[in-house]
Amino acid sequence: MDSTDDEIKKTQEERQRMEEQRASLTSLTFDADLYGGEGPDRFQGYERSIPVTEDDDEADADPSGRVLARRMASYTGPSSLSDVPRASEDEPGFKRSQRIIDREDEYRRRRLQQVISPERHDAFAAGEATPDPSVRTYVDVMREQALKRQKEEVMREIAKKKEEEKSKAATTAAEAAAPQKRRNRWDQSQEPDAKKPKSNSDWDAPDSTPGIGRWDATPTPGRVAADATPSVARRNRWDETPTPGRLADADATPAGGATPGATPAGMAWDATPKFGAIATPTPKRQRSRWDETPAAVGAATPLPGAATPAAAFTPGVTPIGGVDLATPTPSAIKFSGAITPEQYNLLRWERDIEERNRPLTDEELDSMFPQEGYKILDPPASYVPIRTPARKLLATPTPLGTPLYSIPEENRGQQFDVPKEAPGGLPFMKPEDYQYFGALLNEEEEEQLNPEEQKERKIMKLLLKVKNGTPPQRKTALRQLTDKAREFGAGPLFNKILPLLMQPTLEDQERHLLVKVIDRVLYKLDELVRPYVHKILVVIEPLLIDEDYYARVEGREIISNLSKAAGLATMIAAMRPDIDNIDEYVRNTTARAFSVVASALGIPALLPFLKAVCQSKKSWQARHTGIKIVQQIAILMGCAVLPHLKSLVEIIEHGLSDENQKVRTITALSLAALAEAAAPYGIESFDSVLKPLWKGIRSHRGKVLAAFLKSIGFIIPLMDAVYASYYTKEVMFILIREFQSPDEEMKKIVLKVVKQCVSTEGVEADYIRNDILPEFFRNFWVRRMALDRRNYRQLVDTTVEIANKVGVADIVGRIVEDLKDESEPYRRMVMETIEKVVANLGASDIDARLEELLIDGILYAFQEQTSDDANVMLNGFGAVVNALGQRVKPYLPQICGTIKWRLNNKSAKVRQQAADLISRIAVVMKQCQEEQLMGHLGVVLYEYLGEEYPEVLGSILGALKAIVNVIGMTKMTPPIKDLLPRLTPILKNRHEKVQENCIDLVGRIADRGAEFVPAREWMRICFELLEMLKAHKKGIRRATVNTFGYIAKAIGPQDVLATLLNNLKVQERQNRVCTTVAIAIVAETCSPFTVLPALMNEYRVPELNVQNGVLKSLSFLFEYIGEMGKDYIYAVTPLLEDALMDRDLVHRQTAASAVKHMALGVAGLGCEDALVHLLNYVWPNIFETSPHVINAVMEAIEGMRVALGAAVVLNYCLQGLFHPARKVREVYWKIYNSLYIGSQDALVAAYPILEDEAENVFSRPELMMFV
Amino acid sequence: MQASDRFNINSQLEHLQAKYVGTGHADLNRFEWAVNIQRDSYASYVGHYPMLAYFAIAENESIGRERYNFMQRMLLPCGSPPERDEE
Repeated sequence: MDSTDDEIKKTQEERQRMEEQRASLTSLTFDADLYGGEGPDRFQGYERSIPVTEDDDEADADPSGRVLARRMASYTGPSSLSDVPRASEDEPGFKRSQRIIDREDEYRRRRLQQVISPERHDAFAAGEATPDPSVRTYVDVMREQALKRQKEEVMREIAKKKEEEKSKAATTAAEAAAPQKRRNRWDQSQEPDAKKPKSNSDWDAPDSTPGIGRWDATPTPGRVAADATPSVARRNRWDETPTPGRLADADATPAGGATPGATPAGMAWDATPKFGAIATPTPKRQRSRWDETPAAVGAATPLPGAATPAAAFTPGVTPIGGVDLATPTPSAIKFSGAITPEQYNLLRWERDIEERNRPLTDEELDSMFPQEGYKILDPPASYVPIRTPARKLLATPTPLGTPLYSIPEENRGQQFDVPKEAPGGLPFMKPEDYQYFGALLNEEEEEQLNPEEQKERKIMKLLLKVKNGTPPQRKTALRQLTDKAREFGAGPLFNKILPLLMQPTLEDQERHLLVKVIDRVLYKLDELVRPYVHKILVVIEPLLIDEDYYARVEGREIISNLSKAAGLATMIAAMRPDIDNIDEYVRNTTARAFSVVASALGIPALLPFLKAVCQSKKSWQARHTGIKIVQQIAILMGCAVLPHLKSLVEIIEHGLSDENQKVRTITALSLAALAEAAAPYGIESFDSVLKPLWKGIRSHRGKVLAAFLKSIGFIIPLMDAVYASYYTKEVMFILIREFQSPDEEMKKIVLKVVKQCVSTEGVEADYIRNDILPEFFRNFWVRRMALDRRNYRQLVDTTVEIANKVGVADIVGRIVEDLKDESEPYRRMVMETIEKVVANLGASDIDARLEELLIDGILYAFQEQTSDDANVMLNGFGAVVNALGQRVKPYLPQICGTIKWRLNNKSAKVRQQAADLISRIAVVMKQCQEEQLMGHLGVVLYEYLGEEYPEVLGSILGALKAIVNVIGMTKMTPPIKDLLPRLTPILKNRHEKVQENCIDLVGRIADRGAEFVPAREWMRICFELLEMLKAHKKGIRRATVNTFGYIAKAIGPQDVLATLLNNLKVQERQNRVCTTVAIAIVAETCSPFTVLPALMNEYRVPELNVQNGVLKSLSFLFEYIGEMGKDYIYAVTPLLEDALMDRDLVHRQTAASAVKHMALGVAGLGCEDALVHLLNYVWPNIFETSPHVINAVMEAIEGMRVALGAAVVLNYCLQGLFHPARKVREVYWKIYNSLYIGSQDALVAAYPILEDEAENVFSRPELMMFV
Repeated sequence: MQASDRFNINSQLEHLQAKYVGTGHADLNRFEWAVNIQRDSYASYVGHYPMLAYFAIAENESIGRERYNFMQRMLLPCGSPPERDEE
């Protein structure tokens, strides 16, 4: 027995040790991969500020796919897996969240803190009357703003003091805490360190403007009310005993509760409601059944959303029975209007987790473990079970008795997750919608409502339909909202719409719809919106910085409409207070909104205001925003700023010498934006700023210098060659000095400026070569640059631009050695640069030695690559080989050796790339007369036709095609007669790439080398080709149809035609259509007379599809053969007669289009008799109403106009122009009008002679003149 | 316009036709149509130089005078419009 005890002890110790390794219990640990980083790192991948220009946006496109592919490239296992269609990496089988908030960064989420301000006084509507004191006027708003600023200052002071106090307290408390720790060994699983206050406060954030903290006046609806309780932060963390005993419920409430110390503090101080924090999983602690130490009760878990902070300060009070308390039982959740969506979700989630994580009972443990070898240990002496009733109640109740399944009691009153059905045909309501639309659910008292409330309810119903309804519902609701907008009134409408837009769970689609509603309503309300302008702006401005392009456009449109409706004065009055708002976010969005106003109402209208703002003495924020508005105007309007360039520059130029650094920076950036927008004009407008800019770059450092350099970089290209050269040399000193700057931002700007300067006309190659290149290459062409995508792109661009000036040899000569560098990203960057340079400028500059180095390097880089997702290596190789042309000959054997070796590689990607390379260099191989080598490659490729990866197979077929194209059918090895039968089964492959390449190859052979293959094989291929007509890709269908033509030409049309005519019987429309096209093509290539008899014979088959197919073939046929049609028109006329008289609409429609093509083809070739005959059959169809038929008929008549002349058709027309029946007149006038538009002049001679009336002359005597 | 026309090419056609002055519609009366015809005719005479020359010879006028006359006549080619009877 003792030995077993020892063993157990030993194992326990061991396990403990392992656990410590696995998950240190003292701090937050969880799977970082799964949950993403936590805490301060959460936003590491995000941009912390919005880029000044948006030109980088497209460059950002989806790096995730690339990462995945890179990871997959080295993976060559049983890789049927690698080509399985799979969802992108971050959505393992789940639909990605549609909610806007989930893809927003912290900065953008600040939109949720903005307050929808109450409506304001409309001075226009009020006229002379003094505004009612209850109404907010401009003065009130400005006063509030000023107050806020002051408050902000004071609060900052207070906060600073408090911080100091806290740190003092922390040192003393730490001493006090130490012995406490030792008191209870079972506590060790959680150390006080775990509760280090996370300094999430805004003061720590380096750049952001502080002050959007908890003093925010009104929490917006739907937001967690946490930050309204400043006192949370004051709670002394140290009076909570860190109790591992809380584990049970800590686990149960993974919300804020897991990190009690940290989260509330974060909540109170932090600007953003942290949704991430809510999702924070609890540390994975090994649950110990002994852990339940009785502890101070004060440690109530902070509740979801900390809605009742009172519970947190009043230790001892049993926190049961509170509304939103800790672990609510499912029944406690009611759809009360008070519960916010977040809370709702949280509770739902919590309930779920709780259910799974309840502690195991002894019985359960017994059933899990084997009976022998285990022993139930006595609880340690220090263990005391829970006695406090409060804690017991809080703990999740364990099911008593058997853990087995028991039939649950039925409880009909229970509300599950299923929401109450919305009455009256309203669409489904999401839980989040209850707080907005909840009123719609109790419809009983509808009648007792007063008209105002009824109106409100009507609006709500319509909005709900727009938001959640089906498309038809949405459409009618939208229309009603628009039509009745003025009746509803601006107030009720916006009071309902705008809060919806602030809903944190809003999805893209919903936002789009609601924004659309606003747009429509704006149109109708016009000047009535004035009091609501600011409200609307608060909601719409965030759209301007949304990452979704369409959202930005939508936002611009709304603001532009809004400013047209409300007028400039109102817009300025509404936005003026925000210009020097303390929150940077507000100023940023306001600046963007102002630029939209400028583009809507014209820059001149805004200039006086801008001037005043930019010179504001009161605050630097106002000046900053004013200048930023100018920058945004430039970005938004592009070259449209040119007429106002001078005044815009004048408005902001003094900012270059502003006392505030931020203002200087933004001024320089604005100048850059203006210069970029104005390029290549407008240098004279910048004259006044050149000097300050010049002084600036000599006196500034860091961020400001970067901005100044940027603006110079954009101004230099506007200059004349002489000046540009001079200024470039001047600025180059600084630039070269800054080459070494470690600052990433500076690097990017320097590269950009170098690119701009170098591309300017007056800068000579020699200067660049001697003064810039050495430093440039020394500082920028280093491995580190290849790691950051933006640096990479910018460096490549700049180098290519330099190469355009100094030539290929210089640049390639400098970097060619690096093709053998050991860092792959760096090699890739070198390769891309070489590719672009060589593709731009050719390879004639490259001498023999360099050529050798180049090929050597490329081969090395090509072979050593582990992944090539953007095809950089492949493209580079292709570009260089093609540029060198015949000079590659000596290296070709080596290249081909590499290719052959790689074709045999284990990895599919490598094989595919090798095959792709063949198709790129085939032409050059021919130039080098390496036909034997190509033949050899052909055989090798032929042997690999058994390839099982469709992507690779497609590339192999492509390579074969390239070889065949180059060396011709006769010299091809393997001989065509062997190759083609091997291709026939591949035609069955359904993969698009395979199909496309295969059909191209087969078509090529059919075109050029059909005689090498027996007719029987071609027939077999014909059958396979029919399947190809089903392809989704148009290119494949087109190639297929053309191939039919080649085959028919090779083996005669009869058999092919028979196959095709049979295919007309199939059901699928697309297939039939393609077949008819194929028939027409066969007829065209083999002369119509070989096909027409069989085709017309087929018309006798009494089957609609076949007959229509025949007619359609005729239509295509006459379209293709054009003038040749004159020989066949008489032959097919009887058939068309019949078709035009058929009862079936489609017959007549198709016949009419055949007539059209026929008429157009034979115009002027003397077939008028037949055409008039056909027109007589077409004409009665003019009263058809089916759109396709009437279109075809009208087009046939147009064709007749061309072939027979307008006069003939006019005579047909005249009978009905003044017909007593209106319906008839309408049709005839329609025909007349198209006749008139088509040949107005020709009608002059054919108009009828009208008799003069009493005082009106209708006759045209001029036409009677005769000499 | 019929309901079926609203969404197809015909609607564009009608729009196109409406852009041309000389096009007509079901409610056009004899006088309006005649005016269009006359103006089209004069425009055509003026536009084709040989026609203008021919008329000049026939009327023994200079070509420029003919052109001027035709353009003047385009103003009210058929005289003043008839009284519309009020419906």
